[in-house]
Parts: sequence; C-alpha cells; structure tokens
Amino acid sequence: MPTVSVGRDRLFAAIGKTYTQEEFEDLCFSFGIELDDVTTEKAIVRKEKHLEEEADEDEEVIYKIEIPANRYDLLCLEGLAQALRVFCGFQEIPTYKLADISKDAMLKMHVKPETSLIRPFVVCAVLRGLTFDKARYNSFIDLQDKLHQNICRRRTLVAIGTHDLDKLEGPFTYEALPPTSINFTPLKQERSFRADDLMEFYKSDLKLKKFLHIIEDSPVYPVLYDSKRTVLSLPPIINGAHSAITLETKNVFIECTATDLTKAKIVLNTMVTAFSEYCENKFVIEPVEVISSDGKSHIYPDLSVYDMEVSLAYITGLIGVSLEAEQVTKFLNRMQLHAKQSTSDNFVVSVPPTRSDVLHPCDVMEDVAIAYGFNAIKDQAIVDNKGSKRLAASLALLPLNELSDLIRKEVALIGFTEVLTFILCSKKENFAMLNRQDDKSKAVIIGNPRSSDFEAVRTSLMPGILKTVAHNKDHPKPIKIFEVGDIAILEDKNDVGAKNLRQLAALYCGANAGFEIIHGLVDRVMEKNGITFVSPGDKSGYYIERSDEPEFLAGRQARIIYQGKQVGTFGIVHPEVLNNFDIPDPCSFVELNIESFL
Amino acid sequence: MAEEAVLGYLENNYEIRDSGEFAAERGVDHNEMVNVIKSLHGFRYVDAEDIKRETWVLTDEGNIYANVGSPEVQLMLAIPPEGISRDELQKKLGPTVFKIGCAQAAKNKWLEMGKQLISRKVEHVEDRVKDLLLQIQQGQGIGLDDIKALKARKLIVPQTWKGYSVKKGPSYAPKRKKVVTDLTRDNFQSGEWKELEFKEYNYSAKGQPLEGGHLHPLLKVRCQIKQIFLCMGFEEMPTNNYVESSFWNFDSLFQPQQHPARDSHDTFFLDAPSTTKELPEDYVNRVKQIHESGGYESRGYAYDWKREEANKNLLRTHTTAVSSRMLYQLAQKSFSPKKYFSIDRVFRNEAVDRTHLAEFHQIEGLVCDRGLTLCDLIGVLHDFFSRLGMTKLKFKPAYNPYTEPSMEIFSYHEGFKKWVEVGNSGMFRPEMLRPMGLPEDVQVIAWGLSLERPTMIMYGIDNIRDLFGHKVDLGLIKKNPICRLGIE
Repeated sequence: MPTVSVGRDRLFAAIGKTYTQEEFEDLCFSFGIELDDVTTEKAIVRKEKHLEEEADEDEEVIYKIEIPANRYDLLCLEGLAQALRVFCGFQEIPTYKLADISKDAMLKMHVKPETSLIRPFVVCAVLRGLTFDKARYNSFIDLQDKLHQNICRRRTLVAIGTHDLDKLEGPFTYEALPPTSINFTPLKQERSFRADDLMEFYKSDLKLKKFLHIIEDSPVYPVLYDSKRTVLSLPPIINGAHSAITLETKNVFIECTATDLTKAKIVLNTMVTAFSEYCENKFVIEPVEVISSDGKSHIYPDLSVYDMEVSLAYITGLIGVSLEAEQVTKFLNRMQLHAKQSTSDNFVVSVPPTRSDVLHPCDVMEDVAIAYGFNAIKDQAIVDNKGSKRLAASLALLPLNELSDLIRKEVALIGFTEVLTFILCSKKENFAMLNRQDDKSKAVIIGNPRSSDFEAVRTSLMPGILKTVAHNKDHPKPIKIFEVGDIAILEDKNDVGAKNLRQLAALYCGANAGFEIIHGLVDRVMEKNGITFVSPGDKSGYYIERSDEPEFLAGRQARIIYQGKQVGTFGIVHPEVLNNFDIPDPCSFVELNIESFL
Repeated sequence: MAEEAVLGYLENNYEIRDSGEFAAERGVDHNEMVNVIKSLHGFRYVDAEDIKRETWVLTDEGNIYANVGSPEVQLMLAIPPEGISRDELQKKLGPTVFKIGCAQAAKNKWLEMGKQLISRKVEHVEDRVKDLLLQIQQGQGIGLDDIKALKARKLIVPQTWKGYSVKKGPSYAPKRKKVVTDLTRDNFQSGEWKELEFKEYNYSAKGQPLEGGHLHPLLKVRCQIKQIFLCMGFEEMPTNNYVESSFWNFDSLFQPQQHPARDSHDTFFLDAPSTTKELPEDYVNRVKQIHESGGYESRGYAYDWKREEANKNLLRTHTTAVSSRMLYQLAQKSFSPKKYFSIDRVFRNEAVDRTHLAEFHQIEGLVCDRGLTLCDLIGVLHDFFSRLGMTKLKFKPAYNPYTEPSMEIFSYHEGFKKWVEVGNSGMFRPEMLRPMGLPEDVQVIAWGLSLERPTMIMYGIDNIRDLFGHKVDLGLIKKNPICRLGIE
C-alpha cells in the first residue's frame, strides 16, 4: 500500500481542525487509512546518515499515512485533507468544472500516427492562475512521483509531464521519432543532448535508469513539441529544461502520455482535481483538445460524473442494517458521493472524477457502511450472525489431510519428532547435493527467484530434513525426526502442468546409521495402515527389494513396493551426500508417498 | 557392631550421653561410631545432638617422647657414673636430643656441667613428661600447669572433639530395616517389599528426562484451528496444488492484470511448467469481459485483458486461488450453501526478515449463502476470533481488489497494550462471483490470516525462523507445550 508523507501542522490547517495523535489515529481508522509513522524531516535524514543527534524541539512533525491502493485521490495532502473535511462534514463535496472557453480558443495537441508504435495515447489539461508556494510546489512534485510509482506502474502505463505554459507556445504535437533526430536540453542539465546519447548518459543515473527500458529498444521515441519545436518532454524519461515549472509559474500545462488510456485519464483527473483548489477560479480546469492522427477530436480532462443506479434495498440488504433513504444520502455525501433519490427506493449516485475506485453498486454500499461505521455494526452483528449459525447438513472430512494427521501422530508415537521445512529450495540442494541428476522432467522451476534459496519446488522432503540435521549438530544423538508434507512434480495430465504429492519422510542419525530402525519404521507405518508384509510379487500387501538410488549407500537401501507399485525408498544416506550437507554422523532416511494408502 | 550397640542400648536406656565415652567403653573407634549415628539419624532411627569438647593431642614430637621417653631422661640414662665428655655424649644421642636434653636436665638441676666432663647430680630421675604424654594419649585429664608446660614445648596442641548425644528417633527400631529406592520385580515377587523401607525421595530434583516423539509447534496450532473450524461447521478445501495459473490466482478474483501484486517483485512465476494448458473457456470469456468492459452493473477496469497473462503459471500467492476454484465448481451445480476453510502453504517473492518468509501458511474461511450481510461477516469473525482468545475486535476499512466491503481485523492485545492487525476480511465482489455463474442473491463472506503470526504471538517467538524451517532447534520442538486454542 502506498504511503504519503505530509506535514502534520499543514494537514491540520488544511482540514481546519487540530487533533491529538490519538484522535487523528481514530479518524484515520474509521475512514480506512492508517497513520503508519510519526517522524520529522531531520529524523529521516539522521536515520539515512546513521547519525545519533538529539532531535530539536521545533522540528516539523511529519505524518506518514498509508493509503488504500485504489484511492489515487488521497495520494497528496490536498486530496487527503479534502476527503477528511468532507468526511467530517466541514465541507460540501466540491464540483469540478471545465473553463467555459470555445473550442477555437482551446489549446490543441496533435497526435502523429507513429506514436501508435510505442506509446499511443496522450491527454492534457491546463491549470490557470495557480499560486505555488514551497509546500504546494513540493506536494505537486510528490504527487507525480506517487502516481508514477502506483497507478502508472513505474511510468510504463502512464507518464506525467508538467510545464510552465508561459514559456511554450501551442499548438503542440505528440510525435514518435528516431532517437537520432531528437535534440534538447533535459531538465537539470546545462547542454543539449541527442536522445540516444541522453539514454546512454542516464544509464548511470540512479533515479532515471530504471525507466530507460520502456523505450530503449524502440526504433522511435515518443516526444512532445510546441509550435516552435521546443521539446516539452521525452516521455516517459524526462522533461525539457526550457518549460520547467518554478515557484513563480502561474499557468501549468499537464500532459500524460500512456499505453493505457483509461489510466491516463484517471492520472490527469487526479492531478487537476487535487491542485485546482489553488487556481484563481477554484475547481475550474481549462480543457485541451487532443486531435488524433485520424482527425478524431477529444476534449480533456474528462470530468464527467458517472451516474450509478443503486437501490436502498441493495445497500441495506448487504450491510444487514436497516437505514432510511435520507441517512444513506447523508452517509454517501460524507464519502464525496452525491446521491439523489430517483424513486422511493432508488438513488442515482454521482461518482465524481476523483473516485475512479467506484466500479459497482457494491462500492457505494461499502461507502455507506464506512460512513455508518464498521464498528457501529458490530454489536448487532454478533447477535444476528447468520454466517456462523447456519449449519451445514453434514460435513465430510478431507480424506488426504485426515490420513496425513493420523499418520503424523502414529510416527510421533513411535518416538520421532516432527519438523516443518521449506518447500522452496535451490536446484543444487534438490539435485547435485543428493547425487541426483536434473533431467528437467521432474521439478517445478521458478523463473524469478530473489536468491538461490528459492529456485525450485522440492521434489523430495530429503533436502529439508538433511538441512535440519545439519543445523542441529549439537543435539543429543540419536536424532529421530520426520515430516509429512507436499512436494510438487511436473504432470502433463493436470491443467497447470504440475501436481502435489503428499510424502512421509523420516530420518535416524546416531553413532551408527540405524538402517534397521528406519526399516522398522517402514514396517510400523505399514502395519498401522493395515497393510501386510507379503513375499515379492504378491500384490496384496507390501514388500521391499534391493534398490540402486544415488542418494543412498549401495547395498544398504531398498524400494518399498505396495500393491505392485513403488511407493518409496529407504536406505543409509550416502556418505558423499552427508558430506555435501556437512553432517558428521551417519544417517538413514526413508521417504514414501502416502496417497497410495487412501 | 557399632549399630547394634547403639540401637540395643537405646532399647532400654533413655540416652547415650556422649558418643565418645560410649565408643571407648565398647572398644569401638569413635569415627566408626559417628558414621553409624549419622546413618541412623538419616533414616530417623535416632535423634542426634552435636556435642563439642576441647581436648589435647600429641604433636609428632610428643608422640616420639611418649614412646621412647623425654630427651632429658634419655640424656640422663646415657651418662655413665664417672661422667662423659660433651662431644662423646652428643655423639651418643644425636644433636637434637642432646641439645634439648641438656637444656631440660640443666633446668631440673640434674646435671653437673664440669669443664671436662658432664656428670649426674642425682642418681634417679623419673620421666614425668613421658607419663603426662601417655595420660593425654589415653584421654585422661592432667593439670593445667602441666598442660601449659607441654604446650610451651610444642608437645601437645588443642583439638576440638566432636561427638553426639543420642536418643531414640521417630522411626526407632531395635534392628534396622533394609532400605531401597525402588520397587523391583525381585522384592515385589518375593514379598520382601513388606519389610522394606523406601529411601527418602529427593523432592527438589527433577525426574529423569524422557525420550519420545513430538509434533511440530506450528502444526499443533494448525490442528486446533482446524478443530475450531470443524466446530463452527466448516468443511476443509483441498489445497494440495502449489502450482497455479495466474487466471485462478488473480484474474478470476477480479484482480486487474496491471495490479502490483502481479509483479515479479511479489510473485514467483515459473519457468517449468511456465503456462497453464487448460482453462474453462466460457468462464474465461466472462472474466475477460468483466475486466475489460464490465457487466453485472459494473464499469469494469477498461483495459485490454490479455490471455497470455492469465495463462502464466505461478506458485499460488494465496489459498483464495483454491476458494475461487471451489466457488466456480459450486456454481456449476444447482446452488447449495457452503462453509469452507483451508490452512496451507502460500508463496510470496518478498524480501525475508525476522517476520517474513518467502513461504508461510494462510488460514482462510468463507461462507457462501443467499442474503449474507456485512453483519454476518462481523458476526462470524467475532465467533471465530473469540475461539482463538481474541474477544476485543475492531474493523478498519481497507482495499482489496476482490472484496467489497474490505475490512482489516484488529484485536486488542492485553500484553502489548495495543491494537494489532490479525487478519483481513470482506465480501467477495459481484465482479468475481457473477461471472462464475453464482445467482445474484448469493454472497460470499471470507477472511484470512497467517498461521505463523498468531503462533508467534502466542508462544512469544520474535523470529519466524525459530518457528519454521530447517534452522529450528529440535530441543525447542521437544519442549513446546500443547496448544490450548479452542478449549479455553
């Protein structure tokens, strides 16, 4: 979940009320955000530099607040304060409007067809008569960062460029050109770069290098020009230096280029709605006409509200609390949703451009429940609780899990101690260290492991058990441990191409390998499953025969045959394998599949 | 012999006043007597009280003189009637005896020290020193002046003598019974046990450590939580499929394809088997539609849904992938309500630390029925968590792509004196349920939590690797107490 850092005093000033930390935590909790950390700018710096200075009394307190991942409107102080003002009833829901200008007077953005090769969409808007101060300016930059990190998926889906409109001259063009034909001075640089050289230059830039891959291999790069061929930006990498916004900027031109038009619109709406409160005409945004290569015209931003029909019965029926229509209207208003009663039992709910998270009437229902208070529902809920009271007619136990538990208890009763090891392991542990070859036909292999510990899904319980012994060298001997758990193997017949197998493994480790003890355990497990010991070839029970597995010592190992099929093996662990796992004492090990006993 | 003497004497007498005298009278060594008394006292045959006496014993030198006589007497006996020269006398006696003997004899005025010869002044001398020493050796008292003189000559030193006065004890018997530590086959079958006395047991020591089998702590908790679900009428879902398709893990749950959880930073995607081969095509189309353009009153996410993304295999990131399969199966038959649970392993491609591992166990419960409400969800959560000992709950609005409303569950921890997050819950979205084919009035309420976190809180473990995995100390598994969840 994203976290926003806001100055506490500025936030309280914006909300219009001062809270104690506890009061504010309660407010956050009921609204569905969380005060994650309380710190100061200097404390953050101290932490980064590992300094141990005393904190000054007058340091500005910073609140780090966790925001739900679908509430982009809360990713800056402006949006957050507004949502809380409305939630607390300090403010009416704002209405966002487009400036009343003729289509001819609108700024224009012409889209060239080549952009479809790399980043086909662009949406734009203008904020006029904006007043920045240091804090607002920082918040404006931070919001772009947060949006880039979250909904924009690190600029792959959408990239935002903001410009000082007074330094540019429309109409604008959105083009896609070979890198060698793009030249401009990027933000924070003194000289002009050719686009391909610039990409090379940014390979050593810690912040920007992670975005290069988005366009690097494309024959054409997306680029925005004004009418004088001044480069606005090379999205999604960097803006031009020429139109950089400053504290003095009054008129801001915002462009969002994208591979996903829906998200571009949401991002643009989030930017303009949050900062239009600082405009000369509050909540008024100047539109821009975007003209596609095929001549189609679209006016952005799209601030239209989405009307959703929701019935009172639907809302109360899902929450389980009876509510009057007027109450519901009031609750919805507190969540920034306008609701008009259309018939006695129906509302038309207007979803504003800030609330892209509202997709379905169930989202409206949730907002009513939040405004009513989840915890206000609690007392009644405990009494009504249909969820628990409804009894299923008859329950069936899950055979595999029940059998597993029964076998676990039997093996513990025999005197073995249960361990619980990881399913993920390295390829080396799963194969080479067990003297096994990887013929690529068995193991589930992970494509993006963070470290070698997570390369494969175990195809046997053996590596985990041997690692346990290695980590318990000082434990008094003999060590007798077991595990019942799943392995996974490739299986063509299954939809996903793999299946789990439920295995039992046990190990004995002492002054001698205890082969007969592990053999005895096999007999006991069979006996407890009601399986008789039969002579070789007889399919009515189980027998053992000599085996030749690389993880066991030759001549001291056997396969277990049950109903004519091999269900497991046991033997003295091969001394090389013991060495591989750094185990100084001899061990015997058994592993068998228990699904065949079902 | 000493033991019979003590017990026999006390049979008819009130007290042995002094063990020293008692031993001497019977010609028994006092040390042996002391051991017997201590042993009889230990078994409470007798009560013994310490007595102490200051006595004198001979030094090594004193012992020699008690044997061979004092140096002055030796000296006198060595002087012939005619007298003897100094050198010759010293040669006869040795320098030590000569020196001491001369000094003492001179002091007693026994000698005539001539220029040439030493001769006797008196005819007869008595060896009083030897006599005194012998008296002390035999334990007889001597006069104070004599003691002083012998002490000055370093022939005797003081010694504290310890002994006992002895009376009958609470378990007195004229003859000691045999004591044993255990009932054995021999003494039981022979009937000898009736005569036996059991040695006093050491109640402050622990018993003998036992070897045996043990179940794993985390799985003991799993077992109790399973019991709780069964008591609440929930059925267990089969979760033995770690490999899952993105479709069942994400898409079917209305989790958009650009959702951060679908990043390789969070999820283990697979090289083998890399893609899924088979999905229910009708249903896949309905899922595609709900993502792209909505339906069932939803606006959808309005993006291009890609089949290749849905086909990508992964290690399931939550057991909800199984819930999704179960609900889909349920929707293919005429509807009947269900209560399901599972507790099994899930995988996250996250950085590992003291509280996070790349794999952990997820507990999940869900109820699927017509007309369920948020009230029912809160009610069932209250029921479930109370059985885990968490009665003080509160709920925070949260976001989850497949539930609406979504609630984080917080429980007040009396030990920590604060609210701690204990799980997540919600009502499954219509965008998830309707494409499966479930009727419109069917709701699903569900919740989930990890098995590790409550276990760590319960057992006070602060590093997850001490609980789970190959680095766990076997000794701790053996010592871990039973899990009482659900019974208190």
